[in-house]
Amino acid sequence: MTSLQFSEVGVRYGQHDALSNFTDTVKPGEWLCLIGPNGAGKSSLLRSVAGLAKHSGEIRVDGSPLRMRSAKRRAQLVAYVPQSPVLPDDMTAREYVVLGRNPFVSHFGSETKHDWAIVADVLERLDLVDLAHRAVGTLSGGEKQRVVIARAIAQEAPILLLDEPTSALDIGHQQQALELVDQLRKEHGLTVVSAMHDLTLAGLYSDRLCLLHQGYRVVSGTAAEVLRQETLAEFYGVSARVHHAEDGTVVVIPYRQGASGN
Amino acid sequence: MRRWWIPAAGALALVSVLLGAMVGPAGPTWWRVPLALLDHLPLISIDSGVTPREWTIIWDIRMPRVVLAALVGSMLSLSGASYQGVFRNPLVDPYLLGVAAGAGLGATLVFTLNRTGSSTWIIDPLPLSAFAGGLLAVLVTYVVGTAFGGQRSASTLVLAGVAVTALATAVQTFVLQRHTDVVRQVYSWILGRLSSATWGDVRLVFPYVVVSSAVLFLHRRLLDIMRVGDDEATALGASVNRVRIVVVIAATLGTSAVVAVSGLIGFVGIIVPHAVRLLAGASYRVIVPLSLLVGASFLIIADIPGRVLQNPSETPIGVVTAFLGAPFFLLLLRTKQGTR
Repeated sequence: MTSLQFSEVGVRYGQHDALSNFTDTVKPGEWLCLIGPNGAGKSSLLRSVAGLAKHSGEIRVDGSPLRMRSAKRRAQLVAYVPQSPVLPDDMTAREYVVLGRNPFVSHFGSETKHDWAIVADVLERLDLVDLAHRAVGTLSGGEKQRVVIARAIAQEAPILLLDEPTSALDIGHQQQALELVDQLRKEHGLTVVSAMHDLTLAGLYSDRLCLLHQGYRVVSGTAAEVLRQETLAEFYGVSARVHHAEDGTVVVIPYRQGASGN
Repeated sequence: MRRWWIPAAGALALVSVLLGAMVGPAGPTWWRVPLALLDHLPLISIDSGVTPREWTIIWDIRMPRVVLAALVGSMLSLSGASYQGVFRNPLVDPYLLGVAAGAGLGATLVFTLNRTGSSTWIIDPLPLSAFAGGLLAVLVTYVVGTAFGGQRSASTLVLAGVAVTALATAVQTFVLQRHTDVVRQVYSWILGRLSSATWGDVRLVFPYVVVSSAVLFLHRRLLDIMRVGDDEATALGASVNRVRIVVVIAATLGTSAVVAVSGLIGFVGIIVPHAVRLLAGASYRVIVPLSLLVGASFLIIADIPGRVLQNPSETPIGVVTAFLGAPFFLLLLRTKQGTR
């Protein structure tokens, strides 16, 4: 299992600081969920780990700086699922999943039997065998999300980054996708960092939440510690009640100010 | 299932070559031609009944034309497929990006400056000048097309290509008007000519086509990765910019060389790759080799009606491909515009 350390990481787009001074350590096998309103810097943080945003400070994987790595080596360590992945309509699911093997194939080489065996294995474990030869453009939203996760798993990277993995899914498929990630995390010992908008789901699946606001890290801890009514009001500007269920689940319920019954 | 496409396309190419060698005014009876070709292979001796004069027609008039058509057709198709891949845009081809017009301008300059002298140089400047023109055109198209429309707009890139084509053609016309002595020569070349092909033309483009195709062939897996967009391809460890630059240079080099010899033959680079996609799927591992073979067959066959329809004068090949290609492009525009 692999740890991920951030020391004073900053991301800047032109004159605008999207992320400032972020310091944190994600423990091996931990699921850290980044929360915060739009523009808080969640995506910028994930993109800096994936090598898509220039950053200041240092990101370390198991103690060694990520910036020293080649793009290929980085892709062997970090798999990234973007918020809205590009799915070429006419590509088959199998052709799409094998793209995840790129970090292991030489520039002009082609995939070995071993690579195809891993793809077959991933398709099987994610219950995609029947869809392997379907064009991804013809799949449903939930199936698409599974195919994208399959590509990331085929990458065999110990760190998995998920940017809003459930934003395009209905409540049932949200649960399915997150259960799948959790199951894969346990099987492979993955370290997961995700950005999520649904606070209840974020608290339910992750080990730890980290709240960002305007590029700054505000607070980090368990769902019960972070999801507090005053905190949400201050940083999201939302009127919401926080309900602690008997099983420990923290539920965030928005309410209307002045509506009857309050 | 999929692995049968390549042998099938190979067989199609072989049949096209034979057809191309068999059809034409004058020359021997059609069925004697394959026999005569076999007879000239090493270690095979068949009495084909073809006279030496008829063999000259086959070997020195028809075969260079067939081989040149094959080289031009495969290069334009492969370049079209590659441009579509690296620009992630189903609507582009060497013509719509302005590459062909730029290469045409480069070639025209060689014609007007000094053609009689330069054709005897050790390295013929014609393809190189065409390459310089083609590369400049595609760079301008790309920079302008993405600056205003962003990566996601398929039609902005095409519009920029149209503008670049218009500009290059205008400069070409201007240059030609000041050199009226070569107008006839240049115009018959612009319309696309395979009819006057010689083995010398084949020798001129062959090295460029081989180098360019080899480079594009090596990139077929990477072209698949480019399809998921720059961000995701980078996150998968691909060097996106390097791949794009190398592929564009290789495709432009090959296109320019064939344009320098055969003139402007439009729409091959858009018809063939899309037909291949419809038949055999969207992976560049299949599209690249199939475009090569199907493109060669397509242009050899498209060149045949021109020889017999208007005997003895010929319909230029560029007219035949535009006649087939323009409606196809409009159809494609209609179906693809809404999807991205």
